[in-house]
Amino acid sequence: MSLDVRLPIGGFFTLLGLLLTGYGWATLGAPGTAPAGVPIDLVWGAVLLVFGVALLGLARRARQPPNP
Amino acid sequence: MTTLGWVDYAVMALYFAFVLGIGAALRRYVHTSEDFFLSGRAIPAWVTGLAFVSANLGAQEVIGMGASGAKYGIATSHFYWIGAIPAMVFIGLFMMPFYYGSRARSVPEYLKLRFDEKTRALNAVSFAIMTVFSSGISLYAMGKLLHLLLGWSFDSSILMAAGVVLAYIFLGGLTSAIYNEVLQFFLIVLGFAPLVFLGLRAVGGWSGLVARLADHATAAGFAPGAYTRSWAFMGHASTNPVGVEWFGLVMGLGFVLSFGYWCTDFLVVQRAMAANSMTAARRTPLIAAFPKMLFPFLVILPGMLALVVSPTSGVRDAAPTAYSISTTSTTSPTSGAPAVGIVPPKVDSHGAPLRDARGRVVLDYDLATPMLLLHFFPAGLLGLGLTALLASFMSGMAGNVTAFNTVWTYDLYQSYVRRGAPDAHYLAMGRFATVAGVAISIAAAYVAASFNNIMDFLQLVFAFVNAPLFATFALGMFWKRTTGHGAFTGLIAGTLAAAVHHGLSLPAGASVGVKGGYLGVVTTFPSELAQTFWTAIVAWTTCFVVTIIVSLVTRPRPPEELRGLVYGLTPKPVDTAVSWFQRPVTLAVVVLAVTVILNAVFF
Repeated sequence: MSLDVRLPIGGFFTLLGLLLTGYGWATLGAPGTAPAGVPIDLVWGAVLLVFGVALLGLARRARQPPNP
Repeated sequence: MTTLGWVDYAVMALYFAFVLGIGAALRRYVHTSEDFFLSGRAIPAWVTGLAFVSANLGAQEVIGMGASGAKYGIATSHFYWIGAIPAMVFIGLFMMPFYYGSRARSVPEYLKLRFDEKTRALNAVSFAIMTVFSSGISLYAMGKLLHLLLGWSFDSSILMAAGVVLAYIFLGGLTSAIYNEVLQFFLIVLGFAPLVFLGLRAVGGWSGLVARLADHATAAGFAPGAYTRSWAFMGHASTNPVGVEWFGLVMGLGFVLSFGYWCTDFLVVQRAMAANSMTAARRTPLIAAFPKMLFPFLVILPGMLALVVSPTSGVRDAAPTAYSISTTSTTSPTSGAPAVGIVPPKVDSHGAPLRDARGRVVLDYDLATPMLLLHFFPAGLLGLGLTALLASFMSGMAGNVTAFNTVWTYDLYQSYVRRGAPDAHYLAMGRFATVAGVAISIAAAYVAASFNNIMDFLQLVFAFVNAPLFATFALGMFWKRTTGHGAFTGLIAGTLAAAVHHGLSLPAGASVGVKGGYLGVVTTFPSELAQTFWTAIVAWTTCFVVTIIVSLVTRPRPPEELRGLVYGLTPKPVDTAVSWFQRPVTLAVVVLAVTVILNAVFF
């Protein structure tokens, strides 16, 4: 199968991470955005972004031909 | 009722776009029926492994295990550490060589190769009916929940979810379902992990949760650790919230039900059959076992936390009385009955709280996890959490639909309706069966909405059919003397034994009817789970004994016909293609060792 599953999943989490991080940044300090004292949209958005980029990186590495 | 923000809808839209995009992208790789039903047997082990566990990660898992966490505490982890991991190791090490090595395209087809046509037909028909009805029950639960929490239309919710599942399976077949299951797996893990993090932070960590649940346990008449220790109070059924003693638990859940599901259910086995080699197929359930043994922290803890968090500790007032009642709602703002934590009481049709035989308010445990989600997640993350919930409903449904279209096309249509047609005909039939499977699921969802007792009854019948299955497979795979007549008679006898045992027993406090006792109440069990476990034990034992007796008096097939199908007549698989640490035996040892440690830590 020639579609690497890491590509669409990595793309999804990268975009999701960007969306949540951006929204969390824009609403930082607003009431009702920090349950248990944690600005969770910003923090978790960053986690999702790192995860998505890592999957894209793994997929990209797998597509490169091995060194001679 | 909670109103979603634009960012929440944006998260959902992004998810739907990718799910459908995956289906569209995979369409060009589907040329044959084997591509459509078995992914061309070309998927790597880590992908089939995550799909294996994700196909089981349906709504019953996410909502149901959260509900059980609230009801029984950490003892719910038995459904994982005893009720799943040993069976997943067993199928990977011992049964997969026969499923994959026989080149059977489905579990019923293995039964045909090993036994005979009638045993295959019995299994295929019962399985096909069960999958579409299970899918329908899942749809119904989703529509009801979204209506209750968000005020969404029941009709629109189920049509939207069913339409998306239909589209991506129709386009890309099993590969599309598997790829989306991997996406759904990560979405559910990453959607629920922050919920557990925030919940634990709000109650003072694990020690804070233990302290708060100790009060809850004492109030319910148990020892302080009854909700936070998994084995310590299993000596007697009356000393733990589950109402089961260790023997019934280990034999009923850990052996009969667990092995019956994980080792024989085509819904999960199909994922392993799509793997790109015998070693990959054997590694599939073992790779799946790693996330599976950690799921209790993801799906059970939210239920336990919902019982003890303060209603004012989250980002919005998640007090149950804030939710408006509707025609299909079970939660009333006017009942006045106290919630426990943020878990609301169940109410009757007049809005009065339901009470058990001892006069205590009955909580609506199914709402424990969804309420915690609304309680802690602000806009943005709420979209992620709700999308994860949607993903769990959809992955469960997709698993059922792909299993249904394969069994229908290969085991029923090709075997009994039209043999010898060109492959393109069966590919087209597979797509048609996908549409039909989704349509029947939608119809079943409406049946469930109209006649709830009918669905309870059907689930009961399914349980009777499933309970004896593992005895048939175990004997078929490991005793060459087992005959087709023995297997068929054993299955029928085991199913009847389950019905008779259930009909003669009743859980404490239940009324005669769908809960049992319809043949006369000979014995009572402390809980419904105890009755279920013992019914399974009776069914398995009956099937095992009857199969042996009938096999001994009927003529076995010659050994040369059973090569590749039975242990002892099949060469042992060699796993030299992968490093020693990736081999099935190594993975199995690690999985079992970690499971023992987890049991010891929460003993």
